[in-house]
Amino acid sequence: MTVFIVRRLMQSVVILLVMSVIVFLGVFAIGNPVDILISPDADQMERERAIRALGLDLPLWEQYFVFLRNAAVGDLGRSFVFNEPALRLIFERMPATLELAFTAVVLSLVVGIPLGLYAGLKPQTATSKGIMAGSIVGFSLPSFWQGLMFIMVFAVMLGWLPSTGRGQVGSFLGIKSSLFTRDGLAHVILPAINLALGNAALIIRLTRAGVRETLLQDYVKFARAKGLTHRRVVGVHVLKNILIPLVTVVGLEIGGLIAFAVVTESIFAWPGMGKLIIDSINQLDRPVMVAYLMMIVFLFIVINLVVDVLYSVIDPRVRLQDVKG
Amino acid sequence: MSEPTVIVPAKAETPFRRLVSEFADDKLAVGGAVVLSIILLVALFAPLISPQNPYDLSKLDILDSRMPPGSKSMDGITFWLGTDGQGRDMLSGIFYGLRTSLAVGVFSGICAMMLGMAMGLIAAYVGGRTETLIMRLVDLQLSFPTILIALILLAVLGQGVGKIILALIIVQWSYYARIIRGTALVERRREYVEAAICLGLSKPRIIFSHVLPNCMPPMIVIGTVQVAGAIALEATLSFLGIGLPITEPSLGLLIANGFEYLLSGKYWISFFPGIALLVTIISINLVGDQLRDILNPRLQR
Repeated sequence: MTVFIVRRLMQSVVILLVMSVIVFLGVFAIGNPVDILISPDADQMERERAIRALGLDLPLWEQYFVFLRNAAVGDLGRSFVFNEPALRLIFERMPATLELAFTAVVLSLVVGIPLGLYAGLKPQTATSKGIMAGSIVGFSLPSFWQGLMFIMVFAVMLGWLPSTGRGQVGSFLGIKSSLFTRDGLAHVILPAINLALGNAALIIRLTRAGVRETLLQDYVKFARAKGLTHRRVVGVHVLKNILIPLVTVVGLEIGGLIAFAVVTESIFAWPGMGKLIIDSINQLDRPVMVAYLMMIVFLFIVINLVVDVLYSVIDPRVRLQDVKG
Repeated sequence: MSEPTVIVPAKAETPFRRLVSEFADDKLAVGGAVVLSIILLVALFAPLISPQNPYDLSKLDILDSRMPPGSKSMDGITFWLGTDGQGRDMLSGIFYGLRTSLAVGVFSGICAMMLGMAMGLIAAYVGGRTETLIMRLVDLQLSFPTILIALILLAVLGQGVGKIILALIIVQWSYYARIIRGTALVERRREYVEAAICLGLSKPRIIFSHVLPNCMPPMIVIGTVQVAGAIALEATLSFLGIGLPITEPSLGLLIANGFEYLLSGKYWISFFPGIALLVTIISINLVGDQLRDILNPRLQR
């Protein structure tokens, strides 16, 4: 187990290094930020001074080593646009994104598991068929369009909920989040549902498939024969065993949600890091792009590792080994 | 679906005909196939059937802009689905948009399939370090969500039609590579391959004309799913403003254009292109689902 984790961590460092080269070269070799950042009226002197100030006059490989040396101490460059350290900019936006992703995960579990359970226990009823049809639509709906339609119906036509921004941010136990104020909660509902919908559809289908498979197992038949209540059979014996696939998928989906938050944040003007990266791409703000991409790859490596370890804790049949190769 | 007037003598059952009749068992899938064919025809003949050429600026009249569905233009054309901010007929815009979306989705799908097949076959046949390298790359890529990879690539490559197609190919190839490697590893141990080896056929010939055709069914199935995914991904990227340029508007861009008018209640500019996108994706998925069922050897009767 320890060997497995150490090996994975070493692989992760290699992946991060490779990513840094790809991202740095790609991002810095394309486009000329000088044209964007310096006004076209600036004379030659001003231009050169600005280029030197931004470190753009050095050869590319030298820029990379400067970048790598700084990255090692947590400095991923300054944003051209905000003139602030890129990493700080990302850390500032991260809570908003994590809050949104977290709310979406909870929402999709709270909605998905009961519906999936119902559809698995009573597969022939009309309600179950409705749930399954709904989950197919949930899968196929492009999330950005679904978000627009939410705005149209709930914000424009009905006027129930606000459609942009994060609302008032409250503080509780030192954690700042818009989940702690009424206004903030109203703001988070639409984006969270938008982000959660596809995920909820996935959880419904997984839960249903898991339940149908588990119900046929001998231990469930045995529990029934022992005279346990239906409630206990479903709540303990069935539910516990469908947790294994659910944990894996939910774990991996947290990463997916953070990535997909890019779309949701753009639609609902949610001030998270997803909106930041889209703005940065459009403004060619290269340090922020690099910092975001490195950050998210790092986040993903951590999430994947945690899911693998959790998996072995929940399911004692799984033994972590490194695949020979 | 032969002509009803001719009495068809019992035809010999070919594998293809059997597949067609099995496909027709599911009404929903047939519906999907019909809708999909209509969409393909519309996309193909968009310039002929559109009421207006939406990209001919001389035909557009700013006075016609933002008209609700069903209203008439100055010169008597009815805008069944309304007009956008530039007075463009939405119906024509959607026809042309479908054309772009489908072309990008299908083209990138085919390229990704070829790249994935080549890599997967190399991995299965060469083995050793090459195989490890290719499959590690596939594993690595599959552990990241597609949108993130596309985002990284577009940030790195910049924007444009060619770039987005390249990004879609890179996002998709690993799915094909993984499947075909698995299938090819099974197929190469089959008796017909041994027979071909005994006949002294060359290795490329065995791979391309014996093993490859037998690897096709699973490829077709993931192909449909992947094309639907590619269309959705391209629309998402175009919506975010990092996909196709304005000169080649796809459905995603049409939806994005309507975003600013949505808040003032002019729903149709975003609504109808979205419906077109949704119907396209659902019909491809329905067809793909049924193909998966009838091509799956484990379910074969």
